[in-house]
Amino acid sequence: MSQIISCDLVVIGAGMTGMAASLFAANRGLKTVQVGVTGEIIFASGFLDILGIHPISEKKSRPDPWAAIHALKQDCPDHPYCRLTVVEIQSALDEYLAFTGGCGVPHYWEKTHNIEMMTPQGTLKITGCVPWTMKNAVHALREKPPGLILDILGLKGFSAHQIVDNLKETWPDLHSARIAFPDTAHLGEIYPEYMARSLEARVCREKLAAVIRPHVRNARIVGLPAIFGIHNSPAVQADLEAILGVRLFEIPTLPPSVPGIRLKEMFEEALPKKGVRQFLQERICDVLPEPDNGFLMELAGGNAQGQKIRSRGVLLATGRFFGKGLQADRNRIRESLFDLPVFQPVNRSGWYRMDFLDPRGHSIHQAGLEIDKNFRPLGTSGAPAFSNLFAAGAILAHQDWIRQKCGSGLAIATAYGAVSSFINIGH
Amino acid sequence: MPILTQLHKTQALIIGGGATGTGIARDLALRGVACILAERADINAGASGSNHGLLHSGARYVLNDAMTSVECREENLLLKKLAAHCVEDTGGMFVAIEGDDPSYIAKFPELCAGCGIPVAAIDPETAKALEPELSDRVIAAYLTLDASIDPFKLSLENISHARKLGTTLLCRHRVAGFEMDQGRICRVRLIHTENGAEVLVEADQVINASGAWAAGIAALAGVSIPMVYSKGSLLVTSSRITRRVINRLRPPGDGDILVPGGTVSLLGTTSVQIDAPDQAHPSIAEIDRIVEQASQMIPALESARYIRAYSGVRPLMGSHAEDGGRSQSRGFAVLDHEKDGLKNFVTISGGKLTTYRLMAEKGADLVCHRLGVSSPCMTRTQPLPASPECRWSEPGLTPKLWLKAHDAEDMLLCECEMVPKSAVEGVISAIQAQRIQPDLRAISLRSRIGKGPCQGAFCSLRVSAYLHDRDAAYSDRELTCISDFLRERWKGLRPVLWGGQLMQAELQEALQCGLLNLELKQRN
Repeated sequence: MSQIISCDLVVIGAGMTGMAASLFAANRGLKTVQVGVTGEIIFASGFLDILGIHPISEKKSRPDPWAAIHALKQDCPDHPYCRLTVVEIQSALDEYLAFTGGCGVPHYWEKTHNIEMMTPQGTLKITGCVPWTMKNAVHALREKPPGLILDILGLKGFSAHQIVDNLKETWPDLHSARIAFPDTAHLGEIYPEYMARSLEARVCREKLAAVIRPHVRNARIVGLPAIFGIHNSPAVQADLEAILGVRLFEIPTLPPSVPGIRLKEMFEEALPKKGVRQFLQERICDVLPEPDNGFLMELAGGNAQGQKIRSRGVLLATGRFFGKGLQADRNRIRESLFDLPVFQPVNRSGWYRMDFLDPRGHSIHQAGLEIDKNFRPLGTSGAPAFSNLFAAGAILAHQDWIRQKCGSGLAIATAYGAVSSFINIGH
Repeated sequence: MPILTQLHKTQALIIGGGATGTGIARDLALRGVACILAERADINAGASGSNHGLLHSGARYVLNDAMTSVECREENLLLKKLAAHCVEDTGGMFVAIEGDDPSYIAKFPELCAGCGIPVAAIDPETAKALEPELSDRVIAAYLTLDASIDPFKLSLENISHARKLGTTLLCRHRVAGFEMDQGRICRVRLIHTENGAEVLVEADQVINASGAWAAGIAALAGVSIPMVYSKGSLLVTSSRITRRVINRLRPPGDGDILVPGGTVSLLGTTSVQIDAPDQAHPSIAEIDRIVEQASQMIPALESARYIRAYSGVRPLMGSHAEDGGRSQSRGFAVLDHEKDGLKNFVTISGGKLTTYRLMAEKGADLVCHRLGVSSPCMTRTQPLPASPECRWSEPGLTPKLWLKAHDAEDMLLCECEMVPKSAVEGVISAIQAQRIQPDLRAISLRSRIGKGPCQGAFCSLRVSAYLHDRDAAYSDRELTCISDFLRERWKGLRPVLWGGQLMQAELQEALQCGLLNLELKQRN
């Protein structure tokens, strides 16, 4: 049996919240261990939503995310964003974006304004930041130059024709064509990740440019599914643009898509370099509170089966149902690890509305952990369940990240808030 | 552009494209009668597409309904022989568990014998060896001749054969009104439900086979039919639980029957009286009751993953019902409306999927008698042909074909049920042959698309992208189509959202609303 690992903070969860929390903890000099199976993060589209819609029942689209947060604070005083000032939320995003940008996954945003970007179905989505490789699309959607969308033979769920058709009112001078990705005639079905990795080699970029060139004609900008490399996509894009002499942009594909894979691989490479000890094939099978307000945990699965970890604090970033932070049986919703009280509708009939697309959203999304002002989940008495247990991200109650379009922003900002609180309280 | 009214003349107009209507179409076509079948939505859109897929042995009805029992027994044997490609001859087992009524258990073999229904007693150990998922609390068990039948394939085959014999199929046409003259329906006015085009049909005979909607159709002709609507809800498991049809050995009640259907099992039912046949959907309370009841018989059903639920409406003949219609006869009626003053109008309703052929035969006999056609019924002897266009609804078929063909370019559009591009093409051709717009709804009805654990979350998007590519004209309706398809699936998903299926629903909403903004595209 290996020695017990001792640390300041254990971050449980390896989605966007867990990654951001580990980053913030490491940046503040905390000895940090992160545990959780990475998987969900590859479902990320690459869009970083801050707050796009409020109130959701009115489907009100918000050009200014900060004004939207001010309104949210008035209307929904229990929303997790209300535990933070706008300046704190902005600082969290600045710190996060500076880090990802430095690791080869830069974003584009306009800070004071939300931006609009196209989805793989050709609908428009409001968001806060997009991968840098999609920047040209944001501008083109406003300027509407002669444009071309390309799809790829053998890539399913992505039809350039469909995107162009759905965008025709917004961007009339947009056309579509289909290309064959170089050296894939033997493959039949072809996946974005395969193409992205291939394009990291210059020879493949030259071949792709040769395939694209005859379709360009008078187009001044060309959009492709997200395939511009995994590790340094802006450089892959810039080189392709130089070879072709035309501006390019990426459109996300159906998940799991390349922008999600970029995030996953970047975090798994960069966080250990900052001193975060990661156990990403393992899960916590047992957790015991200790007399000094710390915790003793044991790992299961992976190579570190049985490994024990002692920490002063724990940050719960285990997500909702898809992340397995919450579990539901026929009768009620539970928190998976500590069996913490979960705010929830009285019974299953109240979880979901009769209409899937009901504009008011489903009540189950408001379920989750209620927290004090320091991001500590409440116990049955209404006081924090443990003095050094913190929670962040989608597991928190009183938010609907899907409908409010605030998923990544909520993850990053509450991770920032929870880590700050741990430093203030737990030190 | 003005839409021109079409006028059709025919010997028989059949209203309703379920098991009964398509069965009558084939029966009449085999006797050389020219027919038009008008269906409001699509094939099996009503109860024929939302039942248990159970080919009854008759043993279920021996207590209250001996006549239905006998009919089921006879039709069971006939369909196993004549429509073998639509039937999986699983065999059935009736089991009683501790606490079930001992007097019913004692008289069950006698009641079956009275209806000529063969049953074989086995001891609980043997039952458990044959079906390992059975509870340890089984106290009595009988083997029966129950089997599983694919209702979609059955109706698609019937209409396919009828069309080869000259029948015209008009899907997405609703009956807007009847014109009467001297005790006859002289004209039926149909309206296309999508483009509003009018079709007039002059038929010698009009057959109302619209199932739970039969009273509404008859009312348009000024005829009143007493009818009771009994909603039955069912659940689909994500994998097959037992080999045989398992039936609780007690007087019919909720959560009594588990029917294997290819790769899944179907668990049901309930019997809840409702006021109108439209908008029947499964409630959470019903689903909980089914799971609780059935788990007594098969404990694994408590923790099984359910991928969806659905409801059908049993059209029961009569004016009132007790206990939600559970004790109402499952028998059928051929109503000759001559007594109501309409010499060329007949309604066929009630009955079971198992007895659909007999219902069609009786209805067709009356129609032929009135038309002066003397040819006898042939569906009793002539096998139902297997048509290649009807095969795509069969679970497990497309993976087999796909793996065998090993064609790298044949992408899987539905990954849960492994439905490749080539199968979708096959379905589209069949749909176009029936002159229907090949959209998601029509494709999913005729294939396994959307029937797997993801319930259409991903395949709806892939199929719509694919449809778009092959047909430019598709675009305008497409986002609405995806939304409508997802909303329809949702009715069946909502009551089974817990455990694994709830995780799936969260992913679906994150994709379709979080990323694609479908909820914002809806008009309020």
